Amino acid sequence: MNLSEYEVGDFYDEMLESNGMPRRATSHLALNLQSLSHAELATRQTAADLALVRSGITFNVYSDNRGVEKTLPFDLIPRIVPAEEWQHLEAGLKQRITALNLFIDDLYHEQHILKDGVVPSEVILSSKGFHRQCIGLNPPRGIWCHITGTDLVRNRDGKFYVLEDNMRCPSGVSYVLENRRLMMSLFPEVFNASRIRPVANYPHRLRDMLEYLAPEGISNPRVVVLTPGMYNSAYFEHSFLARQMGVELVEGSDLVVADDYVWMRTTGGFERVDVIYRRIDDDFLDPEAFRKDSMLGVPGLMRAYRAGNVALANAPGTGVADDKAVYAYVPDAIKYYLKQDPIIPNVPTYLCSRQSDLQYVLENIAQLVVKAANESGGYGMLIGPKATKKEHAEFAERIKANPRNYIAQPTLSLSRVPTVCGENIEGRHVDLRPYILYGKEIFVQPGGLTRVALRKGSLVVNSSQGGGTKDTWVLDHDAPPNETNSAALTPPPSLAAVC
Amino acid sequence: MLSRVAESLFWMSRYVERAENVARFVDVNLNLMLEVPSSEQQWLPLVATTGDHELFEKKYGAPTQESVIRFLTFDEENPNSILSCLRAARENARSTREITSSEMWEQLNTFYLFVAETAARADSIADLHSFFARIKDGSHTFCGITDATMTHGQAWHFMRMGRMIERADKTSRILDVKYFILLRSAQEVGSPIDEIQWAAVLRSASAFEMYRKRHGRIEPKNIIQFLMLDNEFPRAFRFCLNRARNSLHAIFGTPLGERGRSEPERLLDDLCANLAAIGVEQIIAGGIHEFIDNLQANLNELGAGIYETFLARRTPNPAVADRLPVRDAAQ
Repeated sequence: MNLSEYEVGDFYDEMLESNGMPRRATSHLALNLQSLSHAELATRQTAADLALVRSGITFNVYSDNRGVEKTLPFDLIPRIVPAEEWQHLEAGLKQRITALNLFIDDLYHEQHILKDGVVPSEVILSSKGFHRQCIGLNPPRGIWCHITGTDLVRNRDGKFYVLEDNMRCPSGVSYVLENRRLMMSLFPEVFNASRIRPVANYPHRLRDMLEYLAPEGISNPRVVVLTPGMYNSAYFEHSFLARQMGVELVEGSDLVVADDYVWMRTTGGFERVDVIYRRIDDDFLDPEAFRKDSMLGVPGLMRAYRAGNVALANAPGTGVADDKAVYAYVPDAIKYYLKQDPIIPNVPTYLCSRQSDLQYVLENIAQLVVKAANESGGYGMLIGPKATKKEHAEFAERIKANPRNYIAQPTLSLSRVPTVCGENIEGRHVDLRPYILYGKEIFVQPGGLTRVALRKGSLVVNSSQGGGTKDTWVLDHDAPPNETNSAALTPPPSLAAVC
Repeated sequence: MLSRVAESLFWMSRYVERAENVARFVDVNLNLMLEVPSSEQQWLPLVATTGDHELFEKKYGAPTQESVIRFLTFDEENPNSILSCLRAARENARSTREITSSEMWEQLNTFYLFVAETAARADSIADLHSFFARIKDGSHTFCGITDATMTHGQAWHFMRMGRMIERADKTSRILDVKYFILLRSAQEVGSPIDEIQWAAVLRSASAFEMYRKRHGRIEPKNIIQFLMLDNEFPRAFRFCLNRARNSLHAIFGTPLGERGRSEPERLLDDLCANLAAIGVEQIIAGGIHEFIDNLQANLNELGAGIYETFLARRTPNPAVADRLPVRDAAQ
């Protein structure tokens, strides 16, 4: 991998300093990677692509009505996170999740934070993710947000910011596990000399967390993963997690509620279900409680939940924190509940519902990123500097028609990582989505999903918009200054061993 | 096990077996065309064997080698084409990946992708024989991997039951169709062409060599005996039903050798007992077509019974909720 032609440019590069030299903490691995010839790298990239198709690690694209799956492009060059930086991120994420859980619990009970004027009531009450049906709910062990995938970005200044909280059904963790498996088979020599923190125990942690939520008095709880079905874009992941945890993967029609208990239909009769890791949005969870036209959910599920006979992860109602207008108040919530300053800051956010912010956004739309408050997956979004005048004007009209539904942020200069682009290695923008489990304690999986915008210059990393992924290597400890250039790489014994 | 999953497993292996059988029919017919340079008439019975002749006639009209092969291999509108079968099998596999082994999924996925890619190429099949050989190979590999990597528990038994019922169905259909056609051309009975035709029937069930060892001379009576009543040849109707019965008993937990008490078990037990008792002369006396027709009806009834017992979506009655099995130890 020849990086002599590589241009760091006016960006923060995760692997290299602005002078093109490897960063101190990652230099050991960076040099190892550089010792690979381009041909070796290309061979391994081909092997990786083939392995993905063969094992069917795929996602569905909604617009594709034939239900054909695509593989998520995978880039060989890992994103490396130094140990010291990771400690900082881990502490920040734990702090944020703790506060968010208190925040959600408060919103569905006493609403102190609204009464004290820290968060305006109308922001919460107008949020699509705020479900009145959830007021007064007491989820098992007082935990609402069991699984979170927080989107982080690093700006040109080298600092990490929280871009989004994903508290409903964050997806992508299966790619973290599969990417790692792939990388270990492609670069065994790197992992042999490993200072890279493992990710493989995630399913084990997830199952422990889910069992922890089971109703009292059940010694061997039955946990299931609830999927909307195989045409859902994240179906592979649902099935993957069920398999890895050794639990059943169920669809709504496999479950039935009787006497406020949840049962599943098996060949041997009905069996009780105690914990449901649901990958169906609140709106579709139970047609009795939420959307009546839902064919995916389980009628009566909320009754069973309310009666304490089944646990749901995440708890219904957590989507309120995914609202991008609510997101703007999370730093205030951290201060309010924990009396601490946020360790990882938010991206500065303009709420179009505020008159002064709205004015600013409309005047500066060409420099800002505008997002719909309730959308995800890169939909409903305008990147000012990349858009045309006409698009600016159209978006401005949409904002004026419904200011509550839009927020704006300065266009960040996302950090880049060297990426295989045809014959060359070029810098591409990345974000980072670590996964956090909240059970008996809060566990942050070391690393997370690094998404990379494969199109040159693009800032959109979503899989639905031409993004790919990279393995994320969190170092166990950072390299001491004298350990920079140890054994160079030799090719693995056989690429046939892949998967 | 979830009822939905059981159903998917059952159909997954049925579809793989079906794809294999279609490949067999077509391949043998291709060989026949070389040995017996005759008319296009040879191709219509093939469509009849899979039971889709109405759809075929609507789409293609008169059967030619090319249209029949296209219809049976790559036609996406034909639910029983090789491509459609493997797609359905793969969809079922995709929805049961947490039950099956990764090896099974990877093989089936690769198998499907091979056929889909071949179908996508224009003028796709240069070498028909090696294509059909790969289909048979793919199916055999799938069975082998299934047997070698999956626990032989309930899920495996549902899969074997599906495979065996499908195979029994197809063996009887090919015999039915060929017999009908062969007997109709009475002037050819006993002629060399007739013998070649019967050999083709055996070949399409990979039965030619095994038949030779058992019976030697080509004799319609013995062929019927071998394909329908043999208890050791793995594609024979009776063999398949006996295996299906063993799996059904295992699913119910009925001890080996005992008669089952459930409706589908009793049906299958009776069927197996009848096949053990009946002689080939009796079959011919009563009419082979009638005999096979009757068996097909029995298979359909069996399928319905299995569906009713395990797979139908029922709702628990809250009034008897306390009698619901709280946890199944077998899981």
